[in-house]
Amino acid sequence: MQSDIKRLSLILLFAPFALWIFLLIALPHIGMVILSLREKVAPRVYEFGFGNYIDFIQEPIYWNTLLRTGSMSILVTFLALLIGFPIAYYIAKIAGNRSKGALFLLCLIPLWVSDLIRAFGWILLLRETGVASSFLLWTGAINEPIEFLYNDVTVVVGLVYTVILFMIVPLVSTLDGMDDAMVEAGYNLGGSGFTVLRRIIIPYAMPGIVSGCIVVFMLTAGSYLTPILLGGKNSSWFTEQIYDQFITRFNWESGAAFGFLLLAFTSLVVWLGLKLTGQTLANTVAKS
Amino acid sequence: MTVTDTPDLECTAVCKDFGQVRAVDNVSFQIPKGSFFSILGPSGCGKTTLMRMIAGFEDPSSGDIEIKGKSVLNTPPNKRNVKMVFQHLALFPMMNVYENIAYGLRCVGTDKATIDQKVKDVLERIALPDVGNREVHQLSGGQKQRIAIARCMVLDPDVLLLDEPLGALDLKLREAMKIELKLLQHQFNTTFIYITHDQSEALVMSDHVAIMNEGRFEQIGRPEELYHAPKTAFVAGFVGDSNRWSGKVSAVEGGKAKVTTDAGLQMLCQKRDGSDLSAGQSVNIYVRPEFIAAKRADTGAAGDLNAIRGKVDSVLFNGANSRVLVRGPSGELIEADVVVTGSDSDLRAGDDVALSWSDQQTMCFAT
Repeated sequence: MQSDIKRLSLILLFAPFALWIFLLIALPHIGMVILSLREKVAPRVYEFGFGNYIDFIQEPIYWNTLLRTGSMSILVTFLALLIGFPIAYYIAKIAGNRSKGALFLLCLIPLWVSDLIRAFGWILLLRETGVASSFLLWTGAINEPIEFLYNDVTVVVGLVYTVILFMIVPLVSTLDGMDDAMVEAGYNLGGSGFTVLRRIIIPYAMPGIVSGCIVVFMLTAGSYLTPILLGGKNSSWFTEQIYDQFITRFNWESGAAFGFLLLAFTSLVVWLGLKLTGQTLANTVAKS
Repeated sequence: MTVTDTPDLECTAVCKDFGQVRAVDNVSFQIPKGSFFSILGPSGCGKTTLMRMIAGFEDPSSGDIEIKGKSVLNTPPNKRNVKMVFQHLALFPMMNVYENIAYGLRCVGTDKATIDQKVKDVLERIALPDVGNREVHQLSGGQKQRIAIARCMVLDPDVLLLDEPLGALDLKLREAMKIELKLLQHQFNTTFIYITHDQSEALVMSDHVAIMNEGRFEQIGRPEELYHAPKTAFVAGFVGDSNRWSGKVSAVEGGKAKVTTDAGLQMLCQKRDGSDLSAGQSVNIYVRPEFIAAKRADTGAAGDLNAIRGKVDSVLFNGANSRVLVRGPSGELIEADVVVTGSDSDLRAGDDVALSWSDQQTMCFAT
């Protein structure tokens, strides 16, 4: 009797999770795989085959876009880490208890606004008739308006701005757990500021760094709005290709294959990153 | 303390203010080479601040700190040859034991062969020769303690600071570590400065103890001096157990003061050197339990000068440290050490007893 109740409560507790995993993750992906493995031989006639994947390999513009998306995402991740780390360190270790909460809240504020509005914010600032250009004209630094939008730098800046929060949060929580005495011990035993950072703070924060990097990389590589709005037609982001296949060309088979390739590619990059830094998912993402 | 040798550490009129609060107030002391020096005080007395100033994590508001005769005020913490064992040890969890000890040597650019040799040597000296490859979390509390000390000692510091490192250990281990720390200090022959609020740690291990209260040093001396000849009422009350009475001096004659306590008891106490008592002054009297002899009232009065009659309220049996609580004539409880032998002659609750102690063991401080 007792064990039946236990069993029942376990099933009830487990049900939402199982439904979520199955309906929203497993099922769509299985559908995608099946879809991507169908070849269109004639209108409304399909056949099993790897044609969609072969198309991808044979068309350089496709895999170039994927590589470009990958490398720019890595750059964005790196920049987010570079900028986010000092901010996180300040919030976790230097700021007082009261300002800590306020600073953290300030970091969260951009999340109140939707992605779309944030991207338009950048457009207002950077377009030819925007704030930056007008200001430079007014100061006389330039003679005619400049278009700051629609180039890679703008895309990277916009993406870093969008994702940096997801770098700061895990970093703050790991650094928060670090005993101040550890840093002091690092100095006390003769380490310079650089040694303490390299041998004590960074290794300690590694779980946070890795999980932040994974989240940021995945978000960036899978983002759609920011690259399209800030990069324009020639931003060549891989998600744009997928969108194109699904919506413009109505080629769901090819779109599904691309979607799957993006997933495989980003997973490969994350796996490589973990191998190179000697970390595992278990002691990084699971911990922070 | 010899004057000819340069002391390992000398502080001169060190003060530290945090806003309006004076955490350390005009502290001066010097520590001779190779001694075990403790700073003992209640929590919040400024002892940790003082130590952080010696280590260089805080700058004194005024005063000077000299290590081996050289002022270190403008030396950053990583350039001072003062190492510190932190309260929670602060071993680096991402490094193994070998790397923890080698860290400091790497910082000064020692070559690999020398590092190997030195780490091996220091591990042998702390009697843990085979733990080099272990991770920090695989060590027991006592082992971590020793690694934390080894990590500092491998750098051959002028002074080793220890910030209540035994606080986190359980009682049994703490007792064992007290002795071990003392032995380690002898072995390395380095000056240890030990910060604690636990008087038994300070008294057992130290050559000299400084009693600190509200940012000031109350008294510096050998443990037995502090115990038997406290200079201030705070030291008398803080170090060791004591019975306390407050009263007024009724007369001073022949180096002895006659005191009437608030409850009307008469006591005689010897005037100590330099103390200044006069009739009419209000005073506090401290008497340690081990100097009070408790005898059954029917065995006849003792020859001592101070005597009180009372009734045993309870017997606190604790082996060799057994004690009786005696209800005195005015209802206060007085503690006295007794020997409990297990025979019929032992005191029992309800017995009438005579308490007596000599005037020399009666410590009297003007309030």
